[in-house]
Amino acid sequence: MTDPVLVLIDHDRGTVGDETRQALAFSRACLPHAPVAAVVIGGAVPPTVSGADAIWHVRHVELDDYAPEAWGDALHQLAAAVSPSAIVATGTERGNEVLAHVAAIADEPFAANVLLATPGSPWRIRRARWGGSLLEDATVSAQLPILSCALHVYSGDLANAPAAREVSVAEFVPTLGPGAARTRVVDRVQIAEGITLTTAPVVVSGGRGVGSEEGFAAIEALAELLGAAVGCSRVVTNQGWRPHADQVGQTGKRVAPDLYIACGISGAIQHWVGMQAAKHVLAINTDPNAPMVTKADYAVIGDLHEIVPAIVEELRRRRA
Amino acid sequence: MPALRILVCVKRVPAPGAQITLTADGRAIDTRNLAFTTSPHEECAVEEAIRLVEGHGGDITVLTVGPPEAEEQLRFSISVGAQHAILVTNDRVADGADPDPQATARAITGAVRALEAEAGPFDLLLFGNESADSGGFQVGVRVARALGRPIVNGIKAIDISDAVLTARRECDDGFEVYRLGLPAVIGVKEGINLPRYPTLPGRLRSKKAEVQTIIAEPPGGGLTMVRFETPAVEVTETVLLGTGAGAAGAVVDLFYELGLA
Ligand SMILES: Cc1cc2nc3c(=O)[nH]c(=O)nc-3n(C[C@H](O)[C@H](O)[C@H](O)COP(=O)(O)OP(=O)(O)OC[C@H]3O[C@@H](n4cnc5c(N)ncnc54)[C@H](O)[C@@H]3O)c2cc1C
Ligand SMILES: Nc1ncnc2c1ncn2[C@@H]1O[C@H](COP(=O)(O)O)[C@@H](O)[C@H]1O
Repeated sequence: MTDPVLVLIDHDRGTVGDETRQALAFSRACLPHAPVAAVVIGGAVPPTVSGADAIWHVRHVELDDYAPEAWGDALHQLAAAVSPSAIVATGTERGNEVLAHVAAIADEPFAANVLLATPGSPWRIRRARWGGSLLEDATVSAQLPILSCALHVYSGDLANAPAAREVSVAEFVPTLGPGAARTRVVDRVQIAEGITLTTAPVVVSGGRGVGSEEGFAAIEALAELLGAAVGCSRVVTNQGWRPHADQVGQTGKRVAPDLYIACGISGAIQHWVGMQAAKHVLAINTDPNAPMVTKADYAVIGDLHEIVPAIVEELRRRRA
Repeated sequence: MPALRILVCVKRVPAPGAQITLTADGRAIDTRNLAFTTSPHEECAVEEAIRLVEGHGGDITVLTVGPPEAEEQLRFSISVGAQHAILVTNDRVADGADPDPQATARAITGAVRALEAEAGPFDLLLFGNESADSGGFQVGVRVARALGRPIVNGIKAIDISDAVLTARRECDDGFEVYRLGLPAVIGVKEGINLPRYPTLPGRLRSKKAEVQTIIAEPPGGGLTMVRFETPAVEVTETVLLGTGAGAAGAVVDLFYELGLA
């Protein structure tokens, strides 16, 4: 029997993020013969995790909330105890952070945002660079390969995996001194929000072509009518027209709506990687040759300051 | 509150436009027609350092591991308000090789130790959340671990008082709050601030500033780049719904067709 793959479960106080299933699917795809051992760090009772062959519940008083350094220490100690064939997580903020700690402690390489991996000596991997706009083929020479899988590449559909209730849970108690969790969540600030950029079915997004903060009024009106979220390009946040939380792209958010409406956005590669997962793209642009237009499913050519208000008006008229 | 000594690690990266083009051997980005820039998260890290020093007093050192051309990015940081610049380099890096994350972290750790032995400890090391080009999500963590200092990544707000640093990280429904004792290390995310532009006196200062060079030849790590490939672009048949305001009807038809209105 091959050594197991340890898969870090990304959870927040017991609530398991959807993305975590992608790491389980990635492990089964790349290491079909290795059993998958899910690792749940912290909490009194591990949350149910389906799709794994076994669950390690890592318990310690220092681990009751997210603590990147202590999570890294704990996962490293578990790995030292069970000699896995690899450690895997989904490339979320926490996934990449904890694996970086494990790799730093073990002084092993860590490959973030991996798309494909083939075990061997060395392992061969393909990973995403530039936020996904460039692919890198690389080798990983390591005692213990540590990999995060790129988001939204492996579907979390684990139809053939064992159901949660059939899986045994083993406990592991790491040795952590007092203060091991010196970096941990000590407080939370809730910001009430309705529709979020990452979950909205429609995103209406504006770029430099919008021209000003006030120029977003028409885009907001359209978003409101469609139950959509408002997004923007980096030029817009750099101008201070919108908050950075609205930015879509490599250094902003990744969105995957049914429809992405890009108003006055040229379609630079760093913006495109943030919305390429949209099912449909509608570009509104004065330039018929802008990459956003040529790559979009639908386009309207012309001045967004005339077109967006006309769409708002037409939508109101039909609904009246 | 005593003055703060801050070190910011920045990386020189190409600024590609709509499409990345590779060299014929697929081992590098074709930069012949490209400008270079500092990774965006790091540009914000430099700005954050300037704001902290404006509030508390102190000074800022910027450091890069890269070719001699990376002086351009160091001087830019000086033009907006940093005081000292360190170029960490060697022959391979000067030839354009991008060291793997373990080698980069070792070079930075060694340089920090040397700088601290010379002029005293830094209170704060700032990194970007991830480098724009390689996106390894690890160099800051490796350096912090090697130096035994606490680190949190993904930070969008920093506040320091009484040698305690309070940091905020964006999550789905708001912010998580972390508290770290100094000296500390932080991975900064774009959006923490809006970086300022250089002033004319700043530009003049940056031209005259001395860049200190450190030669470092750390052993490489286990992640070795073999080649790059640009992802296949899906060819899309764009449906033109019309031009100008007259297209509004067709757009609204589309909304209904997609079941979104
Ligand atoms: C490392 C790195 C990371 C980056 N990360 C991001 C990121 O996360 N997100 C991001 O967006 N960018 C990012 N960028 C920046 C990116 O390269 C582009 O500069 C940016 O996306 C351009 O924004 P824009 O399309 O709004 O502006 P522009 O490129 O200036 O395009 C404006 C468009 O508006 C059109 N237009 C002008 N007036 C009108 C009008 N009246 N009506 C209709 N159309 C009009 C023009 O034809 C043009 O196509 C990053 C860059 C780098 C180097
Ligand atoms: N060559 C470099 N020179 C200086 N700092 C770097 C270099 N590479 C990475 N860093 C720093 O480490 C952070 C994380 O990089 P990475 O692990 O490559 O994603 C970056 O945002 C920089 O602050």
